[in-house]
Amino acid sequence: MRYLPLTSDDRAAMLNRIGARDMDALFRDVPKAAVVSRSMFDLPDTQGEIEVERHMSRLAAKTTAAGSLPFFCGAGAYRHHVPASVDHLIQRSEFLTSYTPYQPEIAQGTLQYLFEFQTQVALLTGMEVANASLYDGSTATAEAVLMAQRVTRRPKAILSGGLHPHYAETVETVAALSGEVVRAPVTPGAAEDIAAMIDDKTACVVVQSPDVFGLIRNLKPIAEAAHAKGALLIAVVTEIVSLGLIEPPGAQGADIVAAEGQSIGNAINFGGPYVGLFATREKFLRQMPGRLTGETVDAEGKRGYVLTLSTREQHIRREKATSNICTNSGLCCLAFTIHLSLLGEEGFGRLARTNHAKASALADKLAAVKGVSLATQSFFNEFTIKLPKPAVEVVDALVDKGVIAGVPVSRLLPHDPNVRDLLIVAATETNSDEDCAAFAKALAEVL
Amino acid sequence: MSEVRFTDQHEWVRIDGDSATVGITKYAAEQLGDVVFVEVPEAGRNIGAGGEAAVVESVKAASEVYAPIGGEVTEGNTALADDPAKVNADPEGEGWFFKMKIADKGELAKLMTADQYAEFVKGL
Amino acid sequence: MTMNNQGRPTAPGTIEANELPTISGDRGLMHEEPLIFELGRPGMTGVDLPEVQMSEARLGGMRRKGPVGLPGLSEPEVVRHYVRLSQTNYSIDAGLYPLGSCTMKHNPRLNEKMARLPGFADAHPLAPQKTVQGAMEAIAQLMNWLTTLTGMPAVAMSPKAGAHGELCGLLAIRAAIEARGENRKRILVPESAHGTNPATAAFAGFTVDEVPAKGDGHVDADALEAKLGLDVAAIMLTNPNTCGLFEKRIIEIAEHVHRAGAYFYCDGANFNAIAGRVRPGDLGIDAMHINLHKTFSTPHGGGGPGAGPVVLSEALAPFAPLPLLVHDSKGFRLIEDRADLPEGANPFGRMCAFHGQMGMFTRALAYMLSHGADGIRQASEDAVLSANYILASLKDVMSAPFGDGPCMHEALFDDSFLEGTGVTTLDFAKAMIDEGYHPMTMYFPLVVHGAMLIEPTESESRESVDRFIHVLRTMAEEAKAGKTERFGGAPRLAPRRRLDETAAARKPILRWKPKDLPQAAE
Repeated sequence: MRYLPLTSDDRAAMLNRIGARDMDALFRDVPKAAVVSRSMFDLPDTQGEIEVERHMSRLAAKTTAAGSLPFFCGAGAYRHHVPASVDHLIQRSEFLTSYTPYQPEIAQGTLQYLFEFQTQVALLTGMEVANASLYDGSTATAEAVLMAQRVTRRPKAILSGGLHPHYAETVETVAALSGEVVRAPVTPGAAEDIAAMIDDKTACVVVQSPDVFGLIRNLKPIAEAAHAKGALLIAVVTEIVSLGLIEPPGAQGADIVAAEGQSIGNAINFGGPYVGLFATREKFLRQMPGRLTGETVDAEGKRGYVLTLSTREQHIRREKATSNICTNSGLCCLAFTIHLSLLGEEGFGRLARTNHAKASALADKLAAVKGVSLATQSFFNEFTIKLPKPAVEVVDALVDKGVIAGVPVSRLLPHDPNVRDLLIVAATETNSDEDCAAFAKALAEVL
Repeated sequence: MSEVRFTDQHEWVRIDGDSATVGITKYAAEQLGDVVFVEVPEAGRNIGAGGEAAVVESVKAASEVYAPIGGEVTEGNTALADDPAKVNADPEGEGWFFKMKIADKGELAKLMTADQYAEFVKGL
Repeated sequence: MTMNNQGRPTAPGTIEANELPTISGDRGLMHEEPLIFELGRPGMTGVDLPEVQMSEARLGGMRRKGPVGLPGLSEPEVVRHYVRLSQTNYSIDAGLYPLGSCTMKHNPRLNEKMARLPGFADAHPLAPQKTVQGAMEAIAQLMNWLTTLTGMPAVAMSPKAGAHGELCGLLAIRAAIEARGENRKRILVPESAHGTNPATAAFAGFTVDEVPAKGDGHVDADALEAKLGLDVAAIMLTNPNTCGLFEKRIIEIAEHVHRAGAYFYCDGANFNAIAGRVRPGDLGIDAMHINLHKTFSTPHGGGGPGAGPVVLSEALAPFAPLPLLVHDSKGFRLIEDRADLPEGANPFGRMCAFHGQMGMFTRALAYMLSHGADGIRQASEDAVLSANYILASLKDVMSAPFGDGPCMHEALFDDSFLEGTGVTTLDFAKAMIDEGYHPMTMYFPLVVHGAMLIEPTESESRESVDRFIHVLRTMAEEAKAGKTERFGGAPRLAPRRRLDETAAARKPILRWKPKDLPQAAE
């Protein structure tokens, strides 16, 4: 087996030094009843690279890769172009195969990029501090709700109807354990009156912008209403590129920002791994979950970085930790950091403008198809259209025409009879004008 | 002259009439190492004897500080927030954590004297 | 003859020059690299995108008013910056990582290549299901490997890391108890447990009750049994445990737990010691997470991303979270909603958006296929063999609290051999850096004073392990002989000397700020 360097001579010599007769002697603490033999596993034996590559390639070929046809799915995962140097750099041994930077003397590379990452996230979101990432946007949102419950010592979280339904379910799963989670009505293409739902038991309101239907929300009045009642505003962003064009949540009064960072540097990966962004105000720092990197100096006075404020974390606080999280999204935040560094101020703004221009042009084209209307009037790179029949059927028919049209709202909200004809469509810099024209043409044909 | 008593959780309490000042002992401060963060209770909070009153953190450890006796907090030492190093520099003086109004002086009898505490620490 | 005096001189130079500070501040291959924010110039970018005509009409009046504040760099500048940063990191590709409980094994590049196949990496989680059959089949194959190797009937794939898997397992237990109409709130956790165990139990709304360890490093099974009662929901036990030992009485413990109506959560962090030789299902376990980055070699990546699938017993399987992956006559299908559930299923909720860490699944699957069941068994055996070899080779100079019996995949030492030398566990570990090694795990598990936990993994050759043993032996002998000069200020030869963690924590600086803004706000 190519990954195992020991020879049978080595094994014999090592057993000899140990003073063990055979391998079974080393496993003597295992109860007899639990010892199994090779023949009890109905699994194949060792294979070489050629066979494994063949097996995996065959599996992969059974999926239609998004890049192989006009493709318009978004709803929390966005297909963007990732520069070649990003994937090259994150595969360098020293990044890919290094451990969590608990030994800062030999992990400055990881620690410094995390410090850069924290700075980038704080700048993008308009917040004061950011952590070194959580698993993804949905779990970051759940952690934000728990943090708001700790900060306010209040039980109730109010979730906007425009919050991605998978995010809402993720929040409910953990936040309902110790508190109460209320979901506002779903109002595709419009803002619900969430401010009216805030009461003196409310820990936080959770509002996504652009929301799951693509609608850009004005967070300022919600922040004011929340603060007037002593509650926090959690702003959720699933498409982080939008912050190249839209006013950041920090400037609109958000207290915590939970976001999905996949769009920058990371592939859509059938749902993971992604990178959860988490930023807040400095006064809540001690209640923030997740790893943090801080600047300091070494014994010779040279600037360096260390993991810090780790007393909030599980390995020291144990049952009193702010969260049980024990990882960050390491390589995914590295990809994020490198891609955003490549873009810079100029490139990031241009990327955002390109996305919005593409989506606007596509929205015009689709709305011109007979029977189709635009349900989202202000949006970034994603919008919802209303079709004359169930969106699932339309998407299905379009697959046969070689177009992946988007995400039917009914896939996310299967019980809501009012959303069956709604389709969420995303367009990014990866969609050519020909892709968009092909989509409109095929849509007209299937309706 | 004020009287000082100690707990087996390494808090000290200095009694001045109805008022008590609480901190952590020199031994505790040494065990913790460099203190980096202190959270003290706000005035007006009522805490029972043995209740969690404050938090003290070093780089590698976080500990709760318990109220040696019950009572109402009258003042937290907010200076520690800006300069937690005071806990290491002067744990039984400037590094005090909070003051409280003593609810029941009878509770003091359960605490150790300076000599008893010194003996207790020797045994650890 | 003709004399060519144009050639390159070959004189070695003098040693003293090493101590001379350089003009640049860099030292040969070791560069001092500023922050990305201290580089670049306005207007520059490393990504060429055409400027577009864009109307503000559809932004709802919410256009960003000011710049983000990002620096502008060209591609070569960005590449150099991150290459230079990388060069200050230790890595498994460059050297042995003896980190007990963390399992730093070889990360095959084939896995990286497979994870990047467009049919996996360029598949959208909400694409029409008939277009992503291959991605779902890959997940199903990994599920089959995991359930077969563990002897468990079901596996939940969505947890995004080990700790997330623990949470998933405990929420399934919570749901199972609620379904029985009972109210059990206490979870028993050995004091030797990894910190995530009590943190997760508290996170899931349980109270934590610690169970002591015995002098021989095993959990005190009698104390554990005595603590069982009608309010106990579960025990969380790591096996092999954090002292590197197989819990001998584990089957008996499981029986007691079940008899008391509680569930057995096993922390699967150390599954890599027994995979292919022991099936957790045969031990009476109800739930166990599997850290794919430990046992199945997905890269550690400087701290993530992980993946933490959770295998579940018959009793807990119905409560597995959404989405569920099923296979029927129409192919593979994701069940994402309660309305669509198969008979008996009663999911406790959802762990995250989408279906888990696909990019880690494909890496782990490529690893399993490469090893095969025979190779996985051999890998476990080699890992255990190497750890025992280290234990046997060092226990006469370093103190091993449980050095009599065989250990599993990690060898545990304590600091008693350093008593009176003036050298601490930390000094000893930091001195390893100067010898070209990453330090071992220190001060964990907590039940052993000054613990040093060494896990060589199956990836090291005998020559590599012998060299490591030689270095540690010599260090231990020097420390005991009073030759302690290499320990005090170690490391001396790393990109940085010891860093001031106290200053970092007292006045946290957690982000870069432009010079004209006051840093005092931090």
